[in-house]
Amino acid sequence: MKKILFALLASVLVFSSVAHAESIKIGFNIPLTGDIPDVGESSKNAAEMLLKQINDAGGIDVGGTKYTLEFVYEDNESKAESALSAARKLVTQDDVLGIIGPQSSKQAVPAGEAANDLETPMISPWSTNPDTTKDRPFVFRGCFLDPFQGPVVVNFASDEFGATKAAVLYDIASDYPKGLAEVFKEAWEKKHGAGSVVAFETFTTKDVDFSAQLTNIVNSDAEILFVPQYYNEVPLIVKQAQSLGWDKPIIGGDAWAGGDLMSLCGDDCKGYFFSTHYAAAGAQGATKEFIEDYKAIYDKTPDDVAALTWDSTNLMLEAIQATGGLTGDIDEDRIKVKDALGTIKDFKGITGNMTFTPEGDPIKCAVVVKINDAGEFSFYKQVCP
Amino acid sequence: MLGPIIQNILNALQWGSFYSLIALGYCLVYGVLLLINFAHGDIFMVGAYIAFFVATFFLAAVGLPGWAVIVLCVPLTMALTALVGVTLERVAYRPLRRKGAHRLYVVITALMCGLILENGNLALLGASRRLFPTLVETHVYNIGGVAVTNLKIAVILVAILAFVFLETVVSRTKMGMAMRAISYDKFAIPLMGIAPDKVVVFTFVLGSSFAGLAGLMFAMSYPVLDPYMGALIGWKAFIAAVVGGIGSVRGAFAGGFLLGFVEIMVVAFFPSTYRDLIAFTILLVILTYKPTGLFGVARFQKI
Repeated sequence: MKKILFALLASVLVFSSVAHAESIKIGFNIPLTGDIPDVGESSKNAAEMLLKQINDAGGIDVGGTKYTLEFVYEDNESKAESALSAARKLVTQDDVLGIIGPQSSKQAVPAGEAANDLETPMISPWSTNPDTTKDRPFVFRGCFLDPFQGPVVVNFASDEFGATKAAVLYDIASDYPKGLAEVFKEAWEKKHGAGSVVAFETFTTKDVDFSAQLTNIVNSDAEILFVPQYYNEVPLIVKQAQSLGWDKPIIGGDAWAGGDLMSLCGDDCKGYFFSTHYAAAGAQGATKEFIEDYKAIYDKTPDDVAALTWDSTNLMLEAIQATGGLTGDIDEDRIKVKDALGTIKDFKGITGNMTFTPEGDPIKCAVVVKINDAGEFSFYKQVCP
Repeated sequence: MLGPIIQNILNALQWGSFYSLIALGYCLVYGVLLLINFAHGDIFMVGAYIAFFVATFFLAAVGLPGWAVIVLCVPLTMALTALVGVTLERVAYRPLRRKGAHRLYVVITALMCGLILENGNLALLGASRRLFPTLVETHVYNIGGVAVTNLKIAVILVAILAFVFLETVVSRTKMGMAMRAISYDKFAIPLMGIAPDKVVVFTFVLGSSFAGLAGLMFAMSYPVLDPYMGALIGWKAFIAAVVGGIGSVRGAFAGGFLLGFVEIMVVAFFPSTYRDLIAFTILLVILTYKPTGLFGVARFQKI
């Protein structure tokens, strides 16, 4: 064991002295342990797949010089404070050119602060909270924002079901559901008039009984129910709604896809819709290729986190190439990459085309997914801004 | 207008059933040992997990139909959960009792046991949640705008039957008489030829097996399990038992349903954020006027 370690160390030393100038380091600030280890695993899987693909092809070409890639994974334990120290470590100790992650807003907002202060470009693939990129020129994201997602759901529900009255059930003590529920209500009432959200019911994190709230919803004349909750709360809500006699559509947000919804919900969720970043079932072109490659290596369908990480990392690499050549001075190069990121137009990602706004948020389409009879998330409709 | 109210009464009966079943366990142990068994909520959680493993075993490995699984699940879950309760008593509470430790230390030990159960589960089984399998197809009966499911009726019936059973055991059997006798005077009991340890073990068997039953019914009604599911509901059931009059079986039963009713009705007519605020204010007012609880009496003899 010691010998192997020694050999590894020696090889690292040799390689770093020889090949250092020829490699580019990208840092990943992801939750490998903690509450949502699945999210960290998906991110790392996608990154490893990309790394192998590019290095096997001889690396990337920046301004005439070939560079191999080196990815550094830092675990943020899905905690805000660990994400902050992971970001600092990646910048100051690992000397990365750019950072991908963190995934959830709870970690991305503080880590974005650190990346911006240390003048290192960062792309959060999955964080939908507006604060992540706000007033931070070095911070970008790979997904749409909740203020965009809300109206998407509203328009979809109105067109698809001809609904004019809606009910909402959400967790008032959690930022993402609360924010999305409020955006939804505002957009719905703007479209259908004041009072058209006929039930706006709340609960608190860790509640399991929603029967009183759902009784109010069932007895209102709502035509659809919007549930912007995480995948582990959706099954309880759906089952209780059905046992109280709710037989109209239930619609969700992008958090429905971030985890293992179908193994918790089973048949009860089939036939429902939610808005999200991409749909694995029925994908075409590059997206299909990505899904097949991923399935071949990891033996499971990539979730939206994996797809968004793939896109964000590719975006970072494209920006590095767009600098037209690196100087070797890491501080200067980071600024060059940031400037290049801001000017990328119409980047063709597997989750859709992206062009950044001055805030660092992409203008991209949302997908409405239907949970089909086989329990797959199948593409139903695309909604663009 | 009548429809929603009846619907909410049914909801409250179901939700109150769980509080009642758990409160009964608190009440039995307190009645005999004057010990607040704070691990009881976590024994309930362990019961739900045991039910999960028993049910998946018989469904997947043995391939029995759903109704047969329930028939096997009820006694097995109750027995295995009782075993966990008795083990706790043996390992944690009895040594302290033997050494004549003050009740305060036993209560702290109970809190620790609860944490050990929670975190032991977390370490062994991981943080990811589990789906309790569907054992019986849920049928929704719609009677005049009121939706009732077979499961809801079953839960309420189980709570009532459990109460009747425990009330009978405590007031009509010799063992029940011994339990009441211990709580009356624990020093005189050995002189009467009764082994106190036997009575204590019996009490833990009763209390824990009903926590196991509650865990099974809970898992069937709210089928997503996680290691911390017992903590909050355990605390609240304890408060319900105190308001009902801790030590009194009737009190625990009534207290559980009372809390269930108040919680559901508050949510039905106010924003949900007011639920615990209003519910516990009401309970506090009850205690202010009747410090021994609804069915409690200001005597040492209880149960």
